[in-house]
Amino acid sequence: MARIETTFARLKQQGRKALIPYITAGDPLPRITVPLLHALVKAGADIVELGVPFSDPMADGPVIQRATERALVHGVSLRDVLTMVREFRTTDRDTPIVLMGYLNPVEVMGYERFATEAARAGVDGVLLVDLPPEEAGEVTPVLRRHGLDQVFLLAPTSPVERIRRIAGVASGFIYYVSLRGVTGAAHLDIDEVRGRLQAIRGETRLPLGVGFGINDPDTAARMAQLADAVIVGSALVKRMEERVNHPDTIIQDIPAFLASLRAAMDAGTSRSVAGGQR
Amino acid sequence: MKPYNLPDARGHFGPYGGLFVAETLMQPLEDLLRAYESLRADAAFQEEFAEDLRLYVGRPSPLYPAKRLTQLWGGARVYLKREDLNHTGAHKINNTIGQALVARHMGKKRVIAETGAGQHGVATATVAARFGMQCVVYMGAEDIKRQAINVYRMKLLGAEVVPVTSGSKTLKDALNEAMRDWVTNVETTFYVIGTVAGPHPYPMMVRDFQTVIGREVRYQIMEFEGRLPDALVACVGGGSNAMGLFYPFLGDESVALYGVEAAGEGIASGHHAATLCAGRPGVLHGNRTYLLESDDGQIIETHSISAGLDYPGVGPEHAWLKDSKRATYAAITDREALEAFHELTRIEGIMPALESSHAIAYAKKLARELGRDKVMVVNLSGRGDKDIHTVANLEGILL
Repeated sequence: MARIETTFARLKQQGRKALIPYITAGDPLPRITVPLLHALVKAGADIVELGVPFSDPMADGPVIQRATERALVHGVSLRDVLTMVREFRTTDRDTPIVLMGYLNPVEVMGYERFATEAARAGVDGVLLVDLPPEEAGEVTPVLRRHGLDQVFLLAPTSPVERIRRIAGVASGFIYYVSLRGVTGAAHLDIDEVRGRLQAIRGETRLPLGVGFGINDPDTAARMAQLADAVIVGSALVKRMEERVNHPDTIIQDIPAFLASLRAAMDAGTSRSVAGGQR
Repeated sequence: MKPYNLPDARGHFGPYGGLFVAETLMQPLEDLLRAYESLRADAAFQEEFAEDLRLYVGRPSPLYPAKRLTQLWGGARVYLKREDLNHTGAHKINNTIGQALVARHMGKKRVIAETGAGQHGVATATVAARFGMQCVVYMGAEDIKRQAINVYRMKLLGAEVVPVTSGSKTLKDALNEAMRDWVTNVETTFYVIGTVAGPHPYPMMVRDFQTVIGREVRYQIMEFEGRLPDALVACVGGGSNAMGLFYPFLGDESVALYGVEAAGEGIASGHHAATLCAGRPGVLHGNRTYLLESDDGQIIETHSISAGLDYPGVGPEHAWLKDSKRATYAAITDREALEAFHELTRIEGIMPALESSHAIAYAKKLARELGRDKVMVVNLSGRGDKDIHTVANLEGILL
């Protein structure tokens, strides 16, 4: 069984929800990335999303764009990211890794070569933000042949026909973008998310992850009650940016923050949801 | 020749174009496509657009026989399509009027735009004022410094100009930022893209609005020559003025099409913006097209004396016209463009934009190759007033 599927099956048995942190590979220094991945797993990450730096990250907010720029200063390429995954895999054989990025670097490497090398490095899933299923006709079969799950986004603006289309091609899990806007934006409407997730569950049996706008333990806990996975990106990357002049504190502080989300999620339903909208 | 009917239903020009955006934008782009397709077939809308072009933009723009230039160059007869005489001084307004009308029909009261040199920003701010819409223009912090007059012009027109400090702080970053605004405010906001690039339906829609240029040239040249021209020449950054000129002639095999890119300090120097001449296919800003990129797929910074050509991508239809060999693409250096700027100014009393100066410089070479019995139309896409500071600076003159 594929690692992502195994992970969700195990969590379901335990009655827990997946916590998926996102970091940009190479931010702020290439040497930080692999130790940080291990530390995040230790702090409670079930799956890790690793961002592949791209010069024009159109769908990301300023926080992740700056992370990308910090990585690109060190020339971190898609090939370097695959090397990091290979290194991570030498001591962690269980935690799934999903690469998240934009199509162009993959296209330049070539779909076949990318899929071969990614699978060999120990990548489990791929999310190409600017590749909707309509344009994925050539990519999807190549990824599938190499046993890589293809994660797709769904948005508040996706009507039921698009939900069906995406449910038909996605594998691993579906990433529901919980708000209009780019990564790191504000104003999360929990009731809207609840309604949308119900609509999506009517069309697919894949696990549903929720991301965009989850920046504190309280929100993570509330989202964990609605979804199968909680994805946290900008909130982590922002904390990394604050420590950019002291990169070695990142290894302690970022996993500590993730652990606070994990604790809140695991406290789950017993926890009061007072405090209202933030 | 097969009838030309691109793009296909999903916005493809051969392998180029398409719709490469995050999921949040897929449905809004579908809504835009549907709205535009219905307006495209609506005679009342087309009439409304034509009337604005006539009364507000000042169309048709003249086709001017440049006799002194023809004589000096000693080759083909040269005609200049005077888009520089449009309201706001360039072809950009043809497109912004069109998109503002679409926005109004879709009930959007806020428009956003990206701009490099500020020409598209000014053209968008102008129509926003004209239609009473709120307008926000994203502009690279570097470009804001270089184009203070256009920034003030936009503010006078009531637009908010937002400096973009990410990435290279230029046009491509402004485009990223405008796209982010659109993702966030998509229900109230219409994104006015300034060139024939971006996700479907923008390359098609912008081209359609700009084809007024070529349609006018078709009947205007008949009045002078009684026949179609042998060659059309236009500069290509994103490529909207060139598409507008070329499109009505795509089926006329006797008409050769030349697109002129910015070679900057020379293609060999690496400091240029000659995407079609020196780039390769990839995916950026919502479409597949030729790009200037590094070996590992990062978009690289471009250089041109002309901010309007300083872009690492190009409209997907040009990528297709290049591959299908229907059009030919060449590149002109900063120095050659500057010489052409001076030559046209002195010989004909017409000061071209630095963008258009690239087309003039290439036309000079082509005129001699073609010879005296041939007819050539050059698109003078904008006027040079905005570039006076740049030219003066280069010559060490402080204004």
